[in-house]
Amino acid sequence: MSSKDKGWKEIAPAGVTPKSSVGFMTGDWKTYMPVRDLEKCTTCMMCVLYCPEGCIRWRPEMGKIEIDLSFCKGCGICANECPTKAITMKLPEKEE
Amino acid sequence: MATTQEWKFTAKEIAEKPDLFLPGHRACAGCGPANALRMIMKATRGPTIVTEATGCMEVVSSIYPYTSWAVPWLHTAFETSAANASGIDAALRILKQKGKLQEHVDVIAIAGDGGTFDIGLQALSGAVERGHDFLFVLYDNEGYMNTGIQRSGGTPMGAATTTTPAGSVMPGKLQHKKPIADIMVAHNMEYVASATPYYWKDMLQKVRKGLEVEGPAFLHVFAPCPRGWRSESAKSIEYEKLAVESCVFPLYEVVNGQYTLSTPSKLISLAPQKKRPVTDYLKGQGRYRHLFNPKNKYVLDEIQRWTDERWTILLKKAEQNA
Ligand SMILES: Cc1ncc(C[n+]2csc(CCOP(=O)(O)OP(=O)(O)O)c2C)c(N)n1
Ligand code: SF4
Ligand code: SF4
Ligand code: SF4
Repeated sequence: MSSKDKGWKEIAPAGVTPKSSVGFMTGDWKTYMPVRDLEKCTTCMMCVLYCPEGCIRWRPEMGKIEIDLSFCKGCGICANECPTKAITMKLPEKEE
Repeated sequence: MATTQEWKFTAKEIAEKPDLFLPGHRACAGCGPANALRMIMKATRGPTIVTEATGCMEVVSSIYPYTSWAVPWLHTAFETSAANASGIDAALRILKQKGKLQEHVDVIAIAGDGGTFDIGLQALSGAVERGHDFLFVLYDNEGYMNTGIQRSGGTPMGAATTTTPAGSVMPGKLQHKKPIADIMVAHNMEYVASATPYYWKDMLQKVRKGLEVEGPAFLHVFAPCPRGWRSESAKSIEYEKLAVESCVFPLYEVVNGQYTLSTPSKLISLAPQKKRPVTDYLKGQGRYRHLFNPKNKYVLDEIQRWTDERWTILLKKAEQNA
């Protein structure tokens, strides 16, 4: 290393990804969307735990679950795993 | 060791815990590893640093300028997630020695099966031998998925991948899966376990135990990849259950060399009639479709034979320690 080279303290430590991906909506990926039947929901939380996107959220203050379609990719895991079949995957009727 | 946060994981408690692996990541719809990581991060107990090797979960969570990590996170080269964890652990120790850090910080290293079974194995072996304090999470989607579904040492026999295509030359991959957990047990480490998100409580308890160990711990997490497995995205969690019920992926813990079956697998050992045939798990996955052609029946038979043999060996190990 020549004396002109930068020392390790002068070199940028690493590349940095500065923004939270919460600002990147993946919801436009989906073809089918989950539709819930609140009557059938027992708030067992299985859909909340199994959604790979983390877009089904438990709202304790309202005592119900909410699906944030702006991140939902339409995989259908929530519908497949719901023990009471409270979720069905449907084609949106028109543009969301 | 004292835990910072009480860990009676109930479904509601987990649901209420904020995500540390955030929405907006670019994993495919129905990605098993993405679900696994999101859940695993719910079992953390306090300040945590994550380091991750190249692979799907690293790529989808760090697409510039976005990050899906709500904790300090370091990307590292494909082969070095455990080496990186060693460096972080060493840095934390020095900071503590110098009195610049008081609280305990957990270190989690994450890698796929390519980054663990194959290319990351020597770094992992070295880090464990040196006794660094970290939890290594292997998310096993049974292939090099991020670069186009190539076979890895974790790909099971018979699976079609782009480097083991099923056809007239071969019926998918010819070799069985490498016994990675046993290889880690042979390192005489304190904690090795297998887990899968369908059995979420079991998995989260194992993550927490792995973090509590003062030294290296290893968690083998089975996580389906609908893209690489040519399976329905809605069925990723279902395949996790079928893999356990058919004993293709048994759940167990190895504490200081002592094997114990975890409840879902223990129940199958107590009621062997509940053990499902491997075909229940294999069917429906496009990567195994060719095996259902009568000319490849011998491969199905071999997968069943090998699964039974591995299961019997595991039962013996667990019994000896009962
Ligand atoms: C030394 C090195 N070789 C090859 C690559 C290219 N590469 C990037 S990701 C990847 C596959 C990763 O497979 P795995 O660890 O199983 O994770 P997955 O993508 O399945 O999640 C490869 C081969 C690399 N980044 N570095
Ligand atoms: S899985 Fe079904 S019953 Fe359970 S919380 Fe979700 S929608 Fe409700
Ligand atoms: S369809 Fe998939 S991404 Fe959408 S809410 Fe259900 S589990 Fe989540
Ligand atoms: S290829 Fe597989 S592991 Fe990778 S993001 Fe897609 S589903 Fe997940």
